[in-house]
Amino acid sequence: MASKQLRILVPVKRVVDYQIRPRVNKAGNAIETNGVKFSINPFDDIAVEEAVRIKEKNKSLVENIHAVSIGPAKAQDILRNCLAKGADTSTLIDSKDVQLEPLAVAKVLKEIVDKQKTNLIIMGKQAIDDDCNNTGQMLAGLLNWPQATNAAKVEFVDSDTVKVTREIDGGEETISGTLPMVITTDLRLNTPRYVGLQNLMKAKKKPMEKLSLKDFSNVDVQPRLKVISMEEPKPRAPGVAVKSVDELIEKLKDVKAI
Amino acid sequence: MIRGIIVKQLTKAARLRGPGNVAGVLRAAAALAPQITIKHNYSSKAQPKLTSELYPSVKRNPNYKKLANEDIQFFQSILTENEILQANDKEDLAFYNEDWMRKYRGQSKIVLKPKSVEKISQILKYCNEQKIAVVPQGGNTGLVGGSVPVFDEVVLSVSNLNEIRNFDPVSGILKCDAGVILENADNFLAEHGYIFPLDLGAKGSCHVGGVVACNAGGLRLLRYGSLHGSVLGLEVVLPNGDILNSMHSLRKDNTGYDLKQLFIGSEGTIGIITGVSILTPPRPKAFNVSFLAVNSYEDVQKVFVKAKKELLEILSAFEFMDDKSQQLTKHHLAGVPHPFEESYPFYILIETSGSNKDHDDEKLEKFLESAMEDGLVVDGVVAQDETELRNLWQWRELIPESSQCQGGVYKYDVSLPLKHLYSLVEAANARLSEAALLGDAPKPVIQAVGYGHVGDGNLHLNVAVREYNKQVEKALEPFVYEFVSSKNGSISAEHGLGFQKKNYIGYTKNPQEIKMIKDLKTHFDPNGILNPYKYI
Ligand SMILES: Cc1cc2nc3c(=O)[nH]c(=O)nc-3n(C[C@H](O)[C@H](O)[C@H](O)COP(=O)(O)OP(=O)(O)OC[C@H]3O[C@@H](n4cnc5c(N)ncnc54)[C@H](O)[C@@H]3O)c2cc1C
Repeated sequence: MASKQLRILVPVKRVVDYQIRPRVNKAGNAIETNGVKFSINPFDDIAVEEAVRIKEKNKSLVENIHAVSIGPAKAQDILRNCLAKGADTSTLIDSKDVQLEPLAVAKVLKEIVDKQKTNLIIMGKQAIDDDCNNTGQMLAGLLNWPQATNAAKVEFVDSDTVKVTREIDGGEETISGTLPMVITTDLRLNTPRYVGLQNLMKAKKKPMEKLSLKDFSNVDVQPRLKVISMEEPKPRAPGVAVKSVDELIEKLKDVKAI
Repeated sequence: MIRGIIVKQLTKAARLRGPGNVAGVLRAAAALAPQITIKHNYSSKAQPKLTSELYPSVKRNPNYKKLANEDIQFFQSILTENEILQANDKEDLAFYNEDWMRKYRGQSKIVLKPKSVEKISQILKYCNEQKIAVVPQGGNTGLVGGSVPVFDEVVLSVSNLNEIRNFDPVSGILKCDAGVILENADNFLAEHGYIFPLDLGAKGSCHVGGVVACNAGGLRLLRYGSLHGSVLGLEVVLPNGDILNSMHSLRKDNTGYDLKQLFIGSEGTIGIITGVSILTPPRPKAFNVSFLAVNSYEDVQKVFVKAKKELLEILSAFEFMDDKSQQLTKHHLAGVPHPFEESYPFYILIETSGSNKDHDDEKLEKFLESAMEDGLVVDGVVAQDETELRNLWQWRELIPESSQCQGGVYKYDVSLPLKHLYSLVEAANARLSEAALLGDAPKPVIQAVGYGHVGDGNLHLNVAVREYNKQVEKALEPFVYEFVSSKNGSISAEHGLGFQKKNYIGYTKNPQEIKMIKDLKTHFDPNGILNPYKYI
């Protein structure tokens, strides 16, 4: 199907910056978000980069890259960076303070997929705030599309066959499938580019559609899970320096490690 | 011995491969792991020559006593086993005898690392009576050979004095031991919403006391001013063992001479700093970093003027780098993508910091847009997250290491009127080419590169070499100092005099000033036991 044009959707999430140490809030039921730096989820950044690279490599293949984010109004900052990096259009779905669970996100995204006539979804394997790692899989399920998760390499065999190298425990797995398809990204896939100034200025003129959850009244976004409590991991005990191998063995015996 | 002085965090550069699924507790930190720790092991490189061999005109002063058994016994009587290091077959004390650049190497046989101020006092009293020469040492990251012995001086390291003493979250005044590592002090302050008013590339190793002893300037001087302003008080052990307690915490105090000022920048020549009281500002909540490319040094200056006017109170750093410095850094960071695919003659790193991200973003964006429209800035990137922010800084902060790592570096840290700042780099390159010293191996010089704190009129001229070489040194010195002097600059903007520039102070200070400095030295240290062969 040589005439087939790719319409790529890249969902991106605004999360607590990777470099910031997350802390549990006072209520002990969520991560403290007040006064904390937010940035694009690093895996999503890789997804954007991959979409843009596919387009750069093969201009005639890609008709559109659409970035979408469900989150607070501030998520428009990360969308604008996506546009600057090479996405053509974007949608911000303002969810106010509501935290959607992966299934709800997948359902909302499915609506966008229908509207955008998307035939390739590239998204992060997980968001680093909740580490769920299941939105991509759920979306593939809802759409009944093939999925290639944890991608380390994406190659187009022809205009609608994609070969994906996946990270798996202890090695790699290479699979191929035909579009439409969901691909989720892993770290090795690429190194995202910086946001260029010129492109950032141009991005201001690119379209950003603004919707709210009300526009998805047919989608049930009610939470199904309840967070009972959230705790910081126990601090690791400090290490001790030993003077000799004998002492080391003794210490290891003390803690019953050997 | 393994020498892993500066530990750099390079992020995103080389991301580790994450396993498919990670059961993260709070987040997929394990999977992301973008922070690679590069520990440089310089031990494979040839050992530096002894300073005494490299500079045969400098002679050991016979007035200083050679360490005898009785002296060691005295030290042992007040210090525990862990507070004394002695050279032996296995241990050459290279870590304490060699400087960061591996340009100087002393021959000390003993390192004292006392755990209390009283012990330092006892040691100095004894050394003063016995006329034993002493080198105060902090993190040993100084760049002028001031922190290592020249001959057999006793090394007195303050690294075991490393406690935070007190912090007042209302005034922001921090009191700490001199041996607290700068980065640890800053991390401590971060917990309380404050920031150390000084930052520099060596923060992971250098001490709070060390930066005060050097009056280091660093990356944020533009915003927070010099240590002469922010240090409120010091505790100092004088060469005769007296403890000067001047740990004040008053911002305003006009009673008598301001004694602490004498010790700021005294480079260990008139006393050992053991405690520091310093005023710290609230930590900005929002940081932005932008890396820009410009076509000429003229344009660097224009962007600087524009940045000062338009970014005003949020501008916190303005650093410039020439293309050659970036080539060296690219070589050092092989494989890490530079912010720009193409090369440009000059680069600028701008940091803003403030209290309101939206406000700062908007200001910075307007500034950058108009700088591009004016054609001043030809290309640029902005950090979209903290990882990128840190990575952009690396392209500036790793220049010293990148200039050094292929063999060695001659460093000149000078103040010049802004308009002449870069002409020194051009002049140095021309001179080295003429002398046929610059080029591919086996020529000794790789490159002469320039970068620095434009905001402070401070240029770093780094001459990266394949090996330390007398001819190169002769081509550069006193040429560089004469050049700087002819432009009414300072031959040491922030690194100090140390061993390297001892003989060149006359290029910047007049005879009357020099005499007064000498008088003061004699007043505090009549026997000259502290940090001899250096400074003045
Ligand atoms: C990668 C790198 C980047 C740098 N960037 C900058 C920069 O941007 N700006 C800048 O100004 N400097 C810079 N420096 C140099 C800077 O002067 C030192 O890093 C720092 O100030 C020295 O601290 P230290 O604890 O390592 O002191 P040392 O190197 O151990 O000692 C330096 C001098 O101070 C004396 N001294 C140390 N501690 C004491 C004490 N407690 N009491 C009395 N005397 C003492 C020593 O005798 C010596 O003369 C840089 C250095 C490196 C390696």
